[in-house]
Amino acid sequence: MNRRHLWILALVLVSAGVGMFAYKWKFLGFPLTSDDVAEAWTIEAHVTFTKLRTGPVKAELRLPADPPGLTLIDEQFISRGYRVTIEGEGDTRRSIWAKRRAQGGEALYYRARVFRDEFQRPPRPAPRYPDVPALEEPHATGLQQLVDRVRNESADIATFVSAALSIINEPAPPEAVRLFLGSRSSELDKARFARTVLQAARIPAEIVQALRLSEERREAELEPWLLVHNGEEWLYFNPRDGRRGLPRDLLIWAMGDEPVIEVDGVSGEVVAFSGRRTLEDALRVAELRTHASHPRLIEFSLLDLPLQTQSVYSILLLVPVGAFLIVILRNVIGIGTFGTFMPVLIAMAFRETKLLAGMVLFTLIVALGLAMRFYLERLRLLLIPRLAAVLTIVVMIMVAVSILSHRLGIEIGLSVALFPMVIMAMTIERMSIVWEERGPAEAMKEGVGTLVAAAAIYLVMITPAVKHFVLVFPELLLVVLAGTLLLGRYTGYRLTELTRFSALAGGGR
Amino acid sequence: MIWRRWAALERAGVMGINRRNADYIMCYNPRRRFPVVDNKLLTKELAIQHDVPVPELYGVISTPRQIRDLPGIVGDHQDFVVKPAHGSQGDGIVVIVARRKDRYRTASGRLIDWRDLEHHLTNALSGQFSLGGLPDKVMVEYRVRFDPIFEHVSFQGVPDLRIIVYRGYPVMSMVRLPTRQSNGKANLHQGAVGSGICIARGVTMAAVSAGNRIVDEHPDTGARISGIEIPHWNHILLMAARCYELTGLGYLGADIVLDAGRGPLLLELNARPGLNIQIANQAGLRHLLDAVDRVATGPCEAEERVTIARALVEQRREVAPPPPLAATG
Repeated sequence: MNRRHLWILALVLVSAGVGMFAYKWKFLGFPLTSDDVAEAWTIEAHVTFTKLRTGPVKAELRLPADPPGLTLIDEQFISRGYRVTIEGEGDTRRSIWAKRRAQGGEALYYRARVFRDEFQRPPRPAPRYPDVPALEEPHATGLQQLVDRVRNESADIATFVSAALSIINEPAPPEAVRLFLGSRSSELDKARFARTVLQAARIPAEIVQALRLSEERREAELEPWLLVHNGEEWLYFNPRDGRRGLPRDLLIWAMGDEPVIEVDGVSGEVVAFSGRRTLEDALRVAELRTHASHPRLIEFSLLDLPLQTQSVYSILLLVPVGAFLIVILRNVIGIGTFGTFMPVLIAMAFRETKLLAGMVLFTLIVALGLAMRFYLERLRLLLIPRLAAVLTIVVMIMVAVSILSHRLGIEIGLSVALFPMVIMAMTIERMSIVWEERGPAEAMKEGVGTLVAAAAIYLVMITPAVKHFVLVFPELLLVVLAGTLLLGRYTGYRLTELTRFSALAGGGR
Repeated sequence: MIWRRWAALERAGVMGINRRNADYIMCYNPRRRFPVVDNKLLTKELAIQHDVPVPELYGVISTPRQIRDLPGIVGDHQDFVVKPAHGSQGDGIVVIVARRKDRYRTASGRLIDWRDLEHHLTNALSGQFSLGGLPDKVMVEYRVRFDPIFEHVSFQGVPDLRIIVYRGYPVMSMVRLPTRQSNGKANLHQGAVGSGICIARGVTMAAVSAGNRIVDEHPDTGARISGIEIPHWNHILLMAARCYELTGLGYLGADIVLDAGRGPLLLELNARPGLNIQIANQAGLRHLLDAVDRVATGPCEAEERVTIARALVEQRREVAPPPPLAATG
């Protein structure tokens, strides 16, 4: 009963910890290693216009909202003296810049950062079937001919769209196409015509304007793309070659074929787009993205604490890991140490001193302290004054080591100040008693055990993966807790007992 | 290799520290009863109530001021023992075998003066030897003159008997023989040799020394260790069995010495008895504990428990005879 209770508790803890970890990793994109980078782009829309006469200006820029496959964060609106408001949602989201008195060349910037997010697939409702456009002759007949031809060359809606687009894009298009498109018609015109053809076949289609994200692009323009509903889902088509599918590097900026910029009170407004690819720390990206999608999760996480506190916790969170290792070292392996959690504290000091120097300094301080302690023994001091005296001596040894090593140019000696001196004093006291009562061999054995345990814990603590995991996924401490609880009922032999009782292993009765 | 050793130990019923702590001490030794064994003064008091003989208490020193009264407490006795009431594993015990004015001779033959002794007592009072370093009291008591039975197999010091009592049944015992290496202390960690004593018959087996070696001769005296018949054996077992009612602890170790004049005396009790007794007995504890679990069904008088325990062990001897060396005893 008792045991089952423990197992269930451990199971609950593990599944809670692992579940949260998996969610953060899989769905929120928290990286598993600290040097993970995520692809990101800084996109910019740069609106310029000239106001000849001083007067009010109102500029409306349509903004991307929930672009599929990407997440938009960190939007900035840069302008001089304009008041910026954001209106609408989804397809109609737009920013409005307004200024009472504008004159001369004006520039407005919209800047945002974009991250890849495979899970970002905003739902789009299915449309109703469009009406066949009412056209006058000869356009009506031309369109009908074209639709009939395309229908003959296709099997379903997707192939119909592809076929229509390839016919429109032929170097020498048929008569019916030339009726609608001039020889120098723009991509947008072609896309609009493709939409008309699809409407004539009663296929719902929309034009979207998209920005191609690539390594470095300046002064880019939005490309028209076709969004077609095949009765089940929305499909993207490249109106230039009829290929289906949305490329990974395409940011849907706006739905519809209306211009994305509209400035009241001036004419000749120009909008230029640019995109710059940057590599961002994956953790930062995940954090920003989560901030946008699950603000609560970040608000109640370590990542929202002040940086200084975070750095404190990045050390504190390692303590449970160290304590867990102590449980294994002592209860499963059977190494004897001075003080239960003393090796953890020494390991934390090793983080500053580095391993070898740390072990040398520790041995040095304990050895000197022990020598002083044996001398004090002859003075027959009372317990607490003696402890205080040992503590004082430990501090003085630490100062001496620091000064000496500094003189000698060994800077690592300065970090000795980080050793937990009270703990060191207690160790010296404890060690001297063990030395007297149970002999030097036992004292040395425990001293070496302490050092070995501290070194092992240190080596685990400085593993970048461990540091990263506890800080980014602190919920994994639940798993550590579960492991500790289970080890609390570990009744098997300690590894050292296998040698200790070796004399009993022979009989086997 | 590891797994085979593991399985062999498991088969032999050897108990490890983790199992002792988790399955026996935690289940059978309620925390609130620990003070009874941790405080030797309390142990002594209760032992007297339960008709378990103990070394006579000359007096108690509880404050540094009272250290001066030591000569008064000792009175006419030439020899005595000072013992911290909360000491563990024999720490802080000083055995004075003779004194002349300000000079004291310890059991190891060292001469110490009054100031040494005073310093030691002060340390003991301030808690140097107690668990957790809490201020302590010091008991001054009768020095056991050990029974000549162990004269040839111990080097100085007092050989003591350790008996494991499980749910009131004495299940395993050994005698710890001090050696030169152990500095006259009966502590296996320090080099004393342990020799198992058959619960059924009260006869010693071959000893096991520190390096896990089986020795049948005392390292210092050369005398044969096995085959010594312990006097008052049934009475000793009875004393140990009574410690169950005395302490309320289901798993305990009773340390008993044999005094030349006064017979067996209870020295101290241990709520976390060590596991080396298994090495000394060349046998694991768990088969015996399981056997006790099968018979310990209802309340039972101490005398009856001793009889049952001796029969149980005798049975096991018949089923599985002890290792050849011990069998010669």
